[in-house]
Amino acid sequence: MSKVLMKGNEAVGAAAIAAGCRYFFGYPITPQSEVPEYLSRELPKVGGVFVQAESEVAAINMVYGAAGAGGRVLTSSSSPGIALKQEGISYLAGAELPCVIVDMMRGGPGLGSIQPSQTDYFLATRGGGNGDYRLLVLAPSDVQELVDLIMLGFDLADEYRNPVMILGDGMIGQMMEPVEFKEDLKREAPEKPWATTGTKGARKPNIINSLYLEAELLEEHNHHLQAKYEKMRQKEVRVETYNIEDADLVFAAYGTTARIVKTAIAKLEEEGHKVGLIRPITLFPYPYDAFKNINPNCKGVLTVEMNAGQMLDDVKIAVEGKIPTHFYGRTGGMVPGPAEIADKAREILGGGR
Amino acid sequence: MAVIFQKTRGLTDVPTHYCPGCTHGIIHRLVAECLEELGVLDDAIGVAPVGCSVMAYKYFNCDMHEAAHGRAPAVATGIKRVRPDNFVFTYQGDGDLASIGTAEIVHAAHRGEKISTIFVNNAIYGMTGGQMAPTTLVGQKTTTSPYGRDKETQGSPIRMSELLATIEGAAFVERVAVDTPANIRKAKKAIKECFQVQIDRKGFGIVEVLSTCPTNWGLTPPEALKWLEKNMIPYYPLGNFRRPEEVK
Repeated sequence: MSKVLMKGNEAVGAAAIAAGCRYFFGYPITPQSEVPEYLSRELPKVGGVFVQAESEVAAINMVYGAAGAGGRVLTSSSSPGIALKQEGISYLAGAELPCVIVDMMRGGPGLGSIQPSQTDYFLATRGGGNGDYRLLVLAPSDVQELVDLIMLGFDLADEYRNPVMILGDGMIGQMMEPVEFKEDLKREAPEKPWATTGTKGARKPNIINSLYLEAELLEEHNHHLQAKYEKMRQKEVRVETYNIEDADLVFAAYGTTARIVKTAIAKLEEEGHKVGLIRPITLFPYPYDAFKNINPNCKGVLTVEMNAGQMLDDVKIAVEGKIPTHFYGRTGGMVPGPAEIADKAREILGGGR
Repeated sequence: MAVIFQKTRGLTDVPTHYCPGCTHGIIHRLVAECLEELGVLDDAIGVAPVGCSVMAYKYFNCDMHEAAHGRAPAVATGIKRVRPDNFVFTYQGDGDLASIGTAEIVHAAHRGEKISTIFVNNAIYGMTGGQMAPTTLVGQKTTTSPYGRDKETQGSPIRMSELLATIEGAAFVERVAVDTPANIRKAKKAIKECFQVQIDRKGFGIVEVLSTCPTNWGLTPPEALKWLEKNMIPYYPLGNFRRPEEVK
């Protein structure tokens, strides 16, 4: 299939439809409003359903209903709206319902800004709502990867019966790039014998639920959930690494920031520096093991994020105190440039210009 | 031998957790009988609320979702949009529907979702131990209005049926009570008509059922039925507020 030029947010919609998603429930918020706009236009053409909900809270509960009834379902929002959805996300995780949730992150806290940011890393990777649960969290760094991960996300959601979060940012949502839809457009969702479809008098009622009033039963349910998350840790880690075995400094960055870091790396390499990169594609499960391959004599791992240091915690867990960790971040919707990232790297490497 | 009466197939064969004298049991039975008699039980998908009827998903003999507090109409919207040919209903209390879930019920009605809502109004939060509800009457004592509900600081009780009847998408709105055998028969008739509105795809339907809470009202079951008649019905008048034109 040939490449088409698409804006990130519209590519979200196109990829969802290509993946067989036919249901979208959402609420407008900058910088992701092109997702509902695109799907309100395109879903009816393929027999799908678009509902603009009264709030993000209602939208995520519509997702809970639609997913429980067996639909392949998407919702999208940006940071303050994702915060509102946490109630429903916790219920989806508790009731083990598959869905894809897109977060095009913007600056915070509070109403914050509408510019790109990565401030929802904690919220996405640590659960976000009440209770012990995890989402599969995928972090694309360009529009093509956004398309690929949306399509993968629907399959992972169904395979694990778990919500999947696509953690993008305002930059990825708003920029235009050529993309290719690599997957077969006629993909079918798997059988869902647990879904509420009406008993037809032929089976016992199916119940979609996260309530377990007996502590023993709830603990048993939690053990089941934790075993599932462990399976994700074993099977679903995705990471891109570059030159980490003999680097003097290794960057750790994801999403848009990783892309900017690559430009900084090219600049540093021109100057003769040996630098590498670990780019987590899955933020949960986190690619802790990748850090074991870093040159043990390197001067440190420099985490770069558009926040005040959130993934930095996972980097510290990964290096187990064996390698010094450094951080460079911009907040509030400010996007770091390659030059300032390279400056920070030279500071650590020493002998810079 | 000819069977002259049997329990509806619409209810599962388990004991309920409701308090003695609570009218949830009657309302469950009416809903279940209507589902069975209209032939939609095997296609029904119900949504249980948070509140006293939180475990309704164990009692109705059909597919069920347990929703977050107040969100049942949004959950039902998601179900109905995926399964337009199934019968979808919510069963909610007054704290659930008239307080935390006001946005969800108003907008489900506003969109004219083809779902049916059973709204059980007993003027109190039962499950959490008798706190003030938006439907608690002025002067009524609860654990969070120990001096009686004060209109000046706590407002007047909200009349949801009248409010929802102003909404174009609400095709059927009726308030009933289950305090006497005659009223119970009228309640069943209203629930059946409400369900038929969904079957005919005419829009959103709701039946508000005035109900008792002997435990948290501090009354015996017979006293509670009298209290409902004397105090609730004058403030929450029974009757139909909206129905599709052609059946008028």
